[in-house]
Amino acid sequence: MKASADAAAPAGARRIVNFGPQHPSTHGTLRSVIELEGERIVSLEPEIGYLHSGFEKLAEHRTYNQTVVITDRMNYLSPLCNNVGLAVAVEELMRITVPPRCAAIRVALCELSRIADHILVVGLQAMDLGAFSVMLWTFIEREKLYDIFENVTGARLTTSYTRVGGLLRDVPPDFEETCRSFMKDCTRTLDDMEEMLNDNRIFVDRTRGVGRISREEAISYGITGPVLRACGVPYDIRRVRPYLGYEKYSFDVITETEGDVYARYRVRMREMRESLKIVDQVLRTLPGGPVSVEDPRIAIPPKTADRRPSGGMEGLIYHFKHYMFGHGLCPPEGEVYSCTEVPNGELGFYLVSDGTQRPWRWRVRPPSFYNYQPFPEMCRGRLLSDVVAVLSSLNIIAGELDR
Amino acid sequence: MKTDWAGKIRERFPGEVLGGREHAGQRTVWVRRDRILDLLRFLRDECGFDMLTDLTAVDHLGRGRPERFAVVYQLCSVAGWERARLEAFVPESDPVIDSASGLWKAAPWAEREVWDLFGIRFRGHPDLKRILLPDDYEGHPLRKDYPLRGRGERQNFPRFVP
Repeated sequence: MKASADAAAPAGARRIVNFGPQHPSTHGTLRSVIELEGERIVSLEPEIGYLHSGFEKLAEHRTYNQTVVITDRMNYLSPLCNNVGLAVAVEELMRITVPPRCAAIRVALCELSRIADHILVVGLQAMDLGAFSVMLWTFIEREKLYDIFENVTGARLTTSYTRVGGLLRDVPPDFEETCRSFMKDCTRTLDDMEEMLNDNRIFVDRTRGVGRISREEAISYGITGPVLRACGVPYDIRRVRPYLGYEKYSFDVITETEGDVYARYRVRMREMRESLKIVDQVLRTLPGGPVSVEDPRIAIPPKTADRRPSGGMEGLIYHFKHYMFGHGLCPPEGEVYSCTEVPNGELGFYLVSDGTQRPWRWRVRPPSFYNYQPFPEMCRGRLLSDVVAVLSSLNIIAGELDR
Repeated sequence: MKTDWAGKIRERFPGEVLGGREHAGQRTVWVRRDRILDLLRFLRDECGFDMLTDLTAVDHLGRGRPERFAVVYQLCSVAGWERARLEAFVPESDPVIDSASGLWKAAPWAEREVWDLFGIRFRGHPDLKRILLPDDYEGHPLRKDYPLRGRGERQNFPRFVP
């Protein structure tokens, strides 16, 4: 902590402010040591690791399907996207193609999660800058989304919905209807939010030109997601390296050129409308069929009506092998880096398999980690109040940052 | 459209390449650690891999690799939508490699994390210290010889007694 060393020798009007880890606007356990001169920031040093839980170590001692529950706890604003990211990675490692219905449902749920994440981030950003009612509107929409997730997965937050090669179960019959009704309400809320914020004098003054980062810097820092697209780089994994059949759906990759907090807000607002467009296309073309691959060595075969493993004796053996130590799902030896577009950027999984049931290395490339690194640079020379605006525009999730 | 970056590296740095792998259509090139910065600079400036997507390490204890540790660089070309992966092997007896902080601004934190969890030092790093674990932590938990339940850190955690 270099900043506190300077504090011993008082130089002019400099002072050290400890921001977090319990500050209400840090949205998690983030801490920054800020050196101020008057109200201007001289230097800022983020201290992270308060939520380190050793996920990567833990995952090395679990089977691939058991690591799905870990991904729920990483980005807790959009756990379904993380579930899907892991499933896509293991499927790439094993070279499995999932059935079309599974892919479509995953896409729909990912896009709904993206809306849940973006809408909350925008709401909290507005709240941090004083527009409290926007936050309340966004929470209403998020609650509806949580109802959909609960209906589909059985949980609001710890969804754990994907399995390698498929899904936990099919969506309930009223899925389409609830989605449609949500989409109608959501469009109206988005209109209201834009009307409230787009030309709002206070909001624009506090966000335009704040926390700016250039295109080259952003690439050098490894920034991804809406923050990178707000700098004018059309980098979206859904478009550049399509997974789960994203190439079939028509949507725009939203970019802005300014690279400031306001541009990030605009990108998020417009991306939510694109997500609604994708969900609409998925619902219109939702194919039938199974939601898991039919190979019993990969996906556990469905149970019969009286809760017994199907397929007779052989089915019982397959079922049994899934739960026996050293048997079950064993990807071939090799390594793979697979990435998906989650709401705050590129979520990568670098999986190294040694041919056994458990991963040799289970590395997460958390978007928050790389997006948070330029934070001191974005804040340097600005006012203390801008820290809040910049922080909420980066969408840093501590669970994923510290893992 | 795809550049043959792996071939270019073999041609340009024949003495540095230790081997390579391909799995699921993704190529990995194994290299020595000595000229890693030259290799990375070559990939960045002449092959167009302008983003360091991820920097991490793997402990290959007992897997018959050239050395125990491998520092893994995941590179990405933002404009060409391409990816490259380098694995630089670092021996257990002298776990040091040159820092890529001068090439990408993404590197410093990622390297601090590798130091924190694997105990690999980065030569020329501006501020190499622990990032996720407390500063006074002993050991590097992602090493394979570090037990899952730790070495009693949880039980012996310093407590505040008023």
